[in-house]
Amino acid sequence: MSKPSQKFEGDPTTTGHSWDGIEEFNNPLPRWWVWVFYLTIIWGIGYTIAYPAWPGITGASTGLLGWSSRALVDEELQEAEAANAAINERLASVELTAIAGDPELNTYATQAGAAVFRTWCTQCHGSGAAGVQASGYPNLLDDDWLWGGDIENIHYTISHGIRNEDDDDARYSEMPAFGEILEEEEITQVANFVMTLSGETPADAAAVEPGAIVYEDNCAACHGDAGEGDVFQGAPNLADAIWLYGGDYDTLVETVTYSRYGVMPPWTPRLSEAQIRAVAIYVHGLGGGQ
Amino acid sequence: MTNSTDAPSLYAAREPIFPRRVSGPFRHLKWIILIVTLGIYYVTPWIRWDRGPSLPDQAVLLDLANRRFYFFWIEIWPHEFYFVAGLLIMAGLGLFLFTSAMGRVWCGYACPQTVWTDLYILVERWIEGDRNARLRLHRQKKLDARKIRLRLTKWAVWLLIGLATGGAWVFYFADAPNLLRDLVTGQAHPVAYTTMAILTFTTFFFGGFAREQICIYACPWPRIQAAMMDEDTLTVGYREWRGEPRGKHRKAEGAENLGDCIDCMACVNVCPVGIDIRNGQQMECITCALCIDACDGIMAKIGKPRGLIDYLALSDEDREKSGEKPRPAWQHILRPRTMLYTVLWAGIGIAMVIALFVRPEIDMTVAPVRNPINVTLSDGAIRNTYDIRLRNKHGDARQFNLSLNGDPAMRIALEGTPYTSVMVPANATLLQRVYITAPRGSSAAAGGLANIRFWVEDLSNGERAFKDSTYNGRGTQ
Repeated sequence: MSKPSQKFEGDPTTTGHSWDGIEEFNNPLPRWWVWVFYLTIIWGIGYTIAYPAWPGITGASTGLLGWSSRALVDEELQEAEAANAAINERLASVELTAIAGDPELNTYATQAGAAVFRTWCTQCHGSGAAGVQASGYPNLLDDDWLWGGDIENIHYTISHGIRNEDDDDARYSEMPAFGEILEEEEITQVANFVMTLSGETPADAAAVEPGAIVYEDNCAACHGDAGEGDVFQGAPNLADAIWLYGGDYDTLVETVTYSRYGVMPPWTPRLSEAQIRAVAIYVHGLGGGQ
Repeated sequence: MTNSTDAPSLYAAREPIFPRRVSGPFRHLKWIILIVTLGIYYVTPWIRWDRGPSLPDQAVLLDLANRRFYFFWIEIWPHEFYFVAGLLIMAGLGLFLFTSAMGRVWCGYACPQTVWTDLYILVERWIEGDRNARLRLHRQKKLDARKIRLRLTKWAVWLLIGLATGGAWVFYFADAPNLLRDLVTGQAHPVAYTTMAILTFTTFFFGGFAREQICIYACPWPRIQAAMMDEDTLTVGYREWRGEPRGKHRKAEGAENLGDCIDCMACVNVCPVGIDIRNGQQMECITCALCIDACDGIMAKIGKPRGLIDYLALSDEDREKSGEKPRPAWQHILRPRTMLYTVLWAGIGIAMVIALFVRPEIDMTVAPVRNPINVTLSDGAIRNTYDIRLRNKHGDARQFNLSLNGDPAMRIALEGTPYTSVMVPANATLLQRVYITAPRGSSAAAGGLANIRFWVEDLSNGERAFKDSTYNGRGTQ
């Protein structure tokens, strides 16, 4: 039934293939193009020999060149380390207080410190350094510091930690559990008084006055007559708007009864001096540094 | 399916092409374009442009390391990359316009592959002679001293051109005089040498050996262009109604019935892609117009009018067959399609020029810190933090002052300085942490989301810019 296909003068020759009368023009590919194709195959085989490629039972072939992405990362890390060696040495050796005045060092320390913070500090203090509110992990953004917020105090705290048993120089203080010292009524009284220190409305106004006496006898030695706290003992300021565990009545009663005992590990064994200084500079620059 | 036993090979060896020298107006035009385009390419990196002490003084510089693109008085930052995108769109539309109006003029005159191949063929002709001499040399089986000498000389010159091509390329990416000194003394970055080596090889191979194969097999543009052309497109063609039947022997019997084509093969011999234009439009044709020059020369010699091979539009075929004059070129070129391309092209161009002149010299971005959204200070004030990037596009350091337009109770403070102004280094971005604090008891501190506006002012000339942001009081928690 099919008619032979119409042919024109100047048409290319056909390949000789014919499907139901349909023929195929032969527009030959340049031969060098084919050779390039074969070359890519040879290259491809060579490539799998030179580089890791062939899967085995326990792993892939390692390749003649010994290339590995892990080694590459190691190398890059070492290069970065080497490139930063000079500035790290400078960071570790200059006066702590002089870093802020050196823009190059300060920028480097802030950025390096941010990396250290993300790796080692966010687990407790949060990725935004806001701590965990009401759970005892301090917010590092505000202007309230338990142990002092100048660069030297921050550096010391990071280096040695707080109330840990690993570092003899760790910051240490201990609030007694007043549940064993005071009567239950006295505790409610002092809790009500403490609420007034920061301008909150007490749960029981009548308990404030006797609470003041309890406070003066038992608390003022560390927390100060007006509740201003003492950074040398890590005694929190009770008169400000910031509460590490919460400033409501129930929480205060719990705190006074059982006391609080926040712990931070020392970082000297794990971080280099340059890293500790970097993260100190970073924390100091988060908005609360003094 | 049936297969014939003597199936032809599906692969063909390349037919070597030996284009003959030709002269004429199109060849002249092409020489001029070759000199101008190569001149622009080689000279541009060496033009100096004073931008002040802290900026490079190279007129055209793609400073990848510092993420800046300098073009004479224009400086493009990464966030202004849309200028480059706009230029690319313009280049695309420009190609559409030229192709729909005049066919593959880009291929024939301005494409680097054409220009460099032209240059390589010129070198080949100088060293090995014109078409016939080159053909003889090609057919000569014996590899004698002369053939070796000619080949080596030619390749050496080609390699030098390739080296200069790759060399010129890297100068666009670094300070040219310094880089040249480093290249010569062996101190330049390995990337520079590698780039040069690759471009030297590709130029040598593409211009010297691959030539028309790149256009026919490697380049996608010829295929795209087929969709851009229509019957009004002016393109190189053969007036077969005037030339046919062709014949060599003008004095033979029946010669009076012959057309103007004397079948001298001049058009074929000069063709750089090795086709016969008399077979009609072909994919291989780059419309270099050299066959027009060749044929016009022959027509002048035999006393016939020029234009047997000419720029012509297919829509004129019937008109010309009936003896009428073809319509003038502008009637072919001015049609809705080309006008639309022109309008689009010019529209983007004008928009980019306007954008270029109204873009501010100072700029900032404000990223509110949302982790946490606000911080309670010991006096009960509520503080929000913002990471502000201040951009100074000037060639000198400037003092930028930050101020706030919002609730009057809010106070602005900058990290690391008691002042509200900072020095931003020349041609750089400064990241500054900024605090907005509303005191305890103020409506802003107690309330929810509030709109604020940051202003930045260049204290040296009073230039200002602003960015809007938001402040989160306690109420947002």
